[in-house]
Amino acid sequence: MTDAPILSVSELSKNFGGVRALNQVSFDLQPGELLGVIGPNGSGKTTLVNLITRFVKPTSGEVFFKGKKISHLPPYKIVRLGIARTFQMVKPFYQLPAYKNMIIPLYSPRMRQLAGGHYGDRDAMALDLLEEVGFERDAHVAYKTAGALPQGYLKRLELAKALALQPDLFILDELFSGLSLAEVASIVPIIEKIRMAGKTIIMIEHRLKELFRIADRVIVMNYGEKIADGPAEAVMEDEAVKSAYLGTEAG
Amino acid sequence: MKKRKERIDRGIKARSSDIFALLSWREMLYLAAPRLLPVIVCLLLPLLLGPYWQKVLLSVAVVALLAISWDILAQTGMVSLGQALFFGVGAYCSGAMNHYWGLSPVLTIPIASLLGGLICTLILLPVLRLRGIYFSMVTLIIPLILVRIVEATKIFGGTEGLSGMTPLPSTWFELYLSMAVLLAVLFGFRRMMDSDYGLVLKGINDNDRSVINAGINIYWFKAQSLFIAGAIGAFCGAFMTHVYMFVGMPVFALDYSILPIAAAVVGGPGTLAGATLGAFILVPMSEALRGFGGLRIVLYGVFLVVFIVALPEGIFHYIQRKYHQIERWVEVDK
Repeated sequence: MTDAPILSVSELSKNFGGVRALNQVSFDLQPGELLGVIGPNGSGKTTLVNLITRFVKPTSGEVFFKGKKISHLPPYKIVRLGIARTFQMVKPFYQLPAYKNMIIPLYSPRMRQLAGGHYGDRDAMALDLLEEVGFERDAHVAYKTAGALPQGYLKRLELAKALALQPDLFILDELFSGLSLAEVASIVPIIEKIRMAGKTIIMIEHRLKELFRIADRVIVMNYGEKIADGPAEAVMEDEAVKSAYLGTEAG
Repeated sequence: MKKRKERIDRGIKARSSDIFALLSWREMLYLAAPRLLPVIVCLLLPLLLGPYWQKVLLSVAVVALLAISWDILAQTGMVSLGQALFFGVGAYCSGAMNHYWGLSPVLTIPIASLLGGLICTLILLPVLRLRGIYFSMVTLIIPLILVRIVEATKIFGGTEGLSGMTPLPSTWFELYLSMAVLLAVLFGFRRMMDSDYGLVLKGINDNDRSVINAGINIYWFKAQSLFIAGAIGAFCGAFMTHVYMFVGMPVFALDYSILPIAAAVVGGPGTLAGATLGAFILVPMSEALRGFGGLRIVLYGVFLVVFIVALPEGIFHYIQRKYHQIERWVEVDK
């Protein structure tokens, strides 16, 4: 691929007090790529996401999105440029119906920008988006209160919220965690569909088997450093990776 | 024989979010009654009460408005302990405009409401980033600072205050103006909080990261909420300035911060209607207890505690639940 990278992370570091949570991490991401980020607990995966979306301020290093420096922008402006993330801990409005949970992203200035100055019918858009991520319209799942929905639906709701923003880059933070095999299997096609639409995706995952099936490339993190970067099979063979993380599982 | 409690929704047969299929006058009344009741009460009360209780009604309206203002802020995730700031700024704005420039109350009240809202927003703008108790502490301190500034620099009459404001045309005008504003604020902002805009405001309280993640600048929305709450509070101050025909240091008194919070908490926070109901219960109760002299505050405090322990959800939530559901004891077959 000769395209300019859509996302470029350059020597990103973060200190929390005396702890170096992330140390000089750099990588480029091509448009349309699906990048998996794996690593043991506390290896800095979520910190990396928080730094890219700037929910946390980097200690040093820079992030470029579509060639534009974004690491000095506040998080809401980064979202408006076209990066949407999901959170590991889903925290919807439990007392509201699922489709009302979609109102906040649909109220976003990015929506108005994309729609050319007006918002449109938010309730209808919410129902369409939820159908897209598998809220069966005939069963009226979208009208149930979020508190009554199982974890699998809440994760899909989280995905639908990101979809609502029509981003160019999706960052999915442990979307599969806490889900059953069947639930994961039902979400994978949605991710494939996003990818078919030419969107770029970063997935942070602990569920390696499912991730390797769909990822183009994998980055392995350990103690805040990037220790391997490449196609899934190659990374699995890497000695450093085996000893740091996969070794114990494979052995 | 064992018994269990059964709860049945009284609701309307066919109902989908905002669309109701009304089949009878009973159902129409069922929907309309909770909306008509406050309107009727507010319009009739001034006619039924004697001169003393009419004055009490004015302070009920003021506490209710301040409580609504507190509730709007609280729903946006800002727990204010300084409603006196809004009240005081509004009071001094209208007082100064009336005293120095001779503007009539018709102008000073609306201008002071908007200007007061703006000033309060600007004062609190630097601390919008603070959350929880830190924001509360700042709001508690600022009125105390302002009152000392007035005292030390002797601006706006210093400790003497400014007196001789133009009074409002008549007691009836005062009563109906306060009732009309209360109803408009109650219904208007209830509607706002139920709209998508209100949902964004509540989202900031519930999960601000998820709101930021939608590309929404939460500080801009918090500032708007602050302006709305500030303007409501400033109206109260401006209005009372012309009722008392005086403005001075007492406008920053702690009473204006604490009473509205008590009203909102006892009435049921998060509904605005609860805040209003709380004011309609607490303020007259406090007046009725005057006969007890020194024990008044003790009894008042005991009542507060009883309300909060017995109905922690708030009176309004309790009534609302009872209105929408029938509860009855049924015998368990066995």
